Amino acid sequence: MKKRSKLRGLMLLITGLLTTVLLSGCDGKFVVFDPQGPVAQTQYRLIILSAILCAIVVIPVLAITVFIVLRYRDKPGNTAPYKPHWDDSKVLEILWWGIPIVIIAILGGYTARDTYALARTPKTAVTDVKPIEIQVTSLDWKWLFQYPDQNIATVNYVHIPAGVQVHFELTSDAPMNSFWIPQLGGQEYTMPGMAMSLWLQADKTGEYYGTGANFSGKEFAHMRFNVVSESQADFNKWVDSVKSSSNELTEAGYNELAIPGKSDEQSFSSYPPELFDSIVKKNGGHHMDMDMDENKDDKVDTDEQKSDAKDNTHNMDDMSDMDMSNMDMTNDNSSEMNHNHQ
Amino acid sequence: MYASIKSFASSFFVTGDPLIYGADVSIALTSIAILFVLFYFKKWGWLWREWLTTVDHKKIGIMYLIASLLMLFRGGVDALLMRTQLALPNVHFLQADHYNEVFTTHGTIMILFMAMPMMFGLFNMVVPLQIGARDVAYPFLNSVSFWLFLFGAMLFNISFVIGGSPDAGWLSYPPLSELSGSSGVGENFYIWGIQISGIGSLATGINFIVTILKMRAPGMKFMKMPMFTWSVFSSSIIIIFAFPILTVTLALLFIDRYLGGHLFTMDGGGFPMMYINLIWMWGHPEVYIVVLPAFGIFSEIVATFSRKRIFGYKSMVFALMSISILSFFTWVHHFFTMGSGADVNVAFAIATMAIGIPTGAKVFNWLFTMFRGRIRLEQPMMWTLAFIPCFVVGGATGVMLAVAPADYQYHNSYFLIAHFHQVLIGGVVFGYLAGIYYWWPKLFGFKLNERLGKYAFWLWNIGFYVCFMPQYALGFMGMTRRVYTYGWDMGWGPLNLVSTIGAFLMGIGFVFQVWQILYSVKYGERDTTGDPWNARTLEWSIPSPPPMYNFAVVPVVDERDPFWEEKERRDFAPAEPVPVSKLESIHMPKNSGVPFVFAACWFVVGFGFVFGWNWMAFTGLAGVGISLLVRSFTYDTDYYVPLEEVIETEKAAGRAV
Repeated sequence: MKKRSKLRGLMLLITGLLTTVLLSGCDGKFVVFDPQGPVAQTQYRLIILSAILCAIVVIPVLAITVFIVLRYRDKPGNTAPYKPHWDDSKVLEILWWGIPIVIIAILGGYTARDTYALARTPKTAVTDVKPIEIQVTSLDWKWLFQYPDQNIATVNYVHIPAGVQVHFELTSDAPMNSFWIPQLGGQEYTMPGMAMSLWLQADKTGEYYGTGANFSGKEFAHMRFNVVSESQADFNKWVDSVKSSSNELTEAGYNELAIPGKSDEQSFSSYPPELFDSIVKKNGGHHMDMDMDENKDDKVDTDEQKSDAKDNTHNMDDMSDMDMSNMDMTNDNSSEMNHNHQ
Repeated sequence: MYASIKSFASSFFVTGDPLIYGADVSIALTSIAILFVLFYFKKWGWLWREWLTTVDHKKIGIMYLIASLLMLFRGGVDALLMRTQLALPNVHFLQADHYNEVFTTHGTIMILFMAMPMMFGLFNMVVPLQIGARDVAYPFLNSVSFWLFLFGAMLFNISFVIGGSPDAGWLSYPPLSELSGSSGVGENFYIWGIQISGIGSLATGINFIVTILKMRAPGMKFMKMPMFTWSVFSSSIIIIFAFPILTVTLALLFIDRYLGGHLFTMDGGGFPMMYINLIWMWGHPEVYIVVLPAFGIFSEIVATFSRKRIFGYKSMVFALMSISILSFFTWVHHFFTMGSGADVNVAFAIATMAIGIPTGAKVFNWLFTMFRGRIRLEQPMMWTLAFIPCFVVGGATGVMLAVAPADYQYHNSYFLIAHFHQVLIGGVVFGYLAGIYYWWPKLFGFKLNERLGKYAFWLWNIGFYVCFMPQYALGFMGMTRRVYTYGWDMGWGPLNLVSTIGAFLMGIGFVFQVWQILYSVKYGERDTTGDPWNARTLEWSIPSPPPMYNFAVVPVVDERDPFWEEKERRDFAPAEPVPVSKLESIHMPKNSGVPFVFAACWFVVGFGFVFGWNWMAFTGLAGVGISLLVRSFTYDTDYYVPLEEVIETEKAAGRAV
């Protein structure tokens, strides 16, 4: 009796704590469960699907565990059957090897489908709106965003037009980091010497939380950025205001920005041409390029030329996915782009 | 002169943090206390003869166990420091640098210096006894392994007060771990601490594979081996394939740092991704290395405490072996988000999920071992039962993590942290604790106190869920790992506070366990039978603690669970003592001081290289060479335990007439 009341006390304690946990979660923001764009939506659906498929196994197992432990306790007068030599059953074995195989096959199928689907921008997303390009560089310990079409740059915040595909090109001029805006979609690493691509899209206007997710040294915890999704008109206005009211980012200015340290939000009316490419190349993309620069005045030997060509194709590869998928609309939207520049 | 000493000391010792001064003082006091006891009670000779030079697998196992419990304390303190720092937004308890060091050492210590030695402790304590052997295949190498581990671990640990700890994360990704990212000596401590102990781990893996292949009692065919032995076998197979990768990876990183190489830097044509691939080719199998023996432990305990044969023995063996193979084909799931491309991600996602299949099957086999059994809820069984729901949920979140596109959302978040703590604490720590409770009476001759154990059990378990369930939620709230602080704006405060409370509950649980051990040394229930749990395998057929030679008469095995079958045959009547005429003198290895000296020399080598003091490193290497030569020219390495001594020991235990 005494034992049982003790157990009950424990159960009460556990339930109490669980309730606290759940309730205290309520005032938080479950950003992953609040998808605001097609990429996050796809991932959210997969999360739910995988959770349900796992629950199909987990819940019965937990129930069976409780049942077995209660029923087969070694206490006097327990009338449950005791069969110490029963240790094999083909039927049961097939069942519990089979069910997980089926579940994993289903989950694997969905995983494969969505992995391929997210690897490139979906055809259905092709509308009359041209995707916007944003080049992202993780620095120690801040984020630099460059808008190649608008020729502006920001630090630690980014504006995007709502309802428009955003093609992020990611690199790092510091230890690798990971670029993550949970409400818009899952993360991708920023790596020095590589330009990786990630597409996201915000369906509506709003402000979203973005962060660096991979540890990159001392002030990594402060690598946060705000993502502002706004209507195309507001976005254009914002671009204009940055253009008119901010300083330009110079070569020297960039070098200063790259010095390790925290930073507030900043904006720049322009930046040196080819800055992003030079960051990628400088960090190796690949080292032969550096030799090229040093030997610029000397004869360029053929090997280096070859490797340089290879690197270029490599970089092209990175971008080809998105370029090709949007090929058909590039022309249609050129007029609008011009509009942006005005 | 004074000025130069002062400037050296200020770079040599870690200064500027009250926590570290506290550690300095406590380390000094503990050392003085230990030295005092050894001098006062004149225990130096005893220490050297009985422990430092021993090649007895049981004693080596006990030393592993003590060391791993100390490391559990150290890693646990790290954990509590982190949780204290994160308890509320904008806490200024630890500085960013210090926090980075603490999470790096927490991870490294818990995996490599807590889980691994606790596992090796159990290997050593149990495997030879379980297969009816008198020792491991290479007793001298076994001692070398232990001392390499211990000196490696000590080298890593002193970084806390001397020179500064590593701060690039427990896997030390470049470029943070390169000179450019971490110019201090911390990463050198990481490289050498792990390198030295890692060689020991590799040797242990080889040792136990050979032991299991060659030293089994007559008649113990493969399919009659106990499940724990099977799990050790599969774990050791992973060790011998995985640890060489670690050794090479760390050596390459050392080349970068020490010789100015650029294997893993972007400048000069290296590639950090190479490191990340290599380290996870070791790192992912590593988690299966530590969890498989826990599966073996659960299998033994479930059968014993349900008084029933293990269900589906063959499929359990198949599951173990298939996990050990599959474990090598999942490493890329640690970097799905590094732009591998869809083909690679899909392949590794499905390989990762596939591991869930044999693991799930094992859970069902354990459940059906209990089904139609008679379940006794003693301490080892309680930990086993606690493991099942914990591991099932942790395994399920593992499958969820394996879904590559979903992983883009979980990666590096607290969801991941919660998942791997759930499988590592729920699987490995609960498993090894269960194993320790189970085999403790065999090794020490007394049981651990039940009441204190129950307090510890409930504190650990409740603490666990309170600590880690909120972290799943925090992951969904966008909290990333390794942030040392956060603002009020994210709403992460309350859940973090709850999580911290849970961590402290587990800490109190550990304190109860220490208390339980100290209390039980004095008052614990003595085990006079050698078989306190009414168990099934050979180790329980000999006295507790076992004589130095384990089995006076090598058993002949014709069944699975041979000891149980024998007990059934004689209707559980007390065993007949063996006639003296059947005893003989026993061939045993001699103690040796070489392993201790050899490993101590490696410590000197490591310390020298950490600080770039070549004179010291090469002196150490000379010591290593001399130790090897001494061993090579030692021909008198074994002896026979005289028949009289065997007879006397067996008679004293009531085993011979």
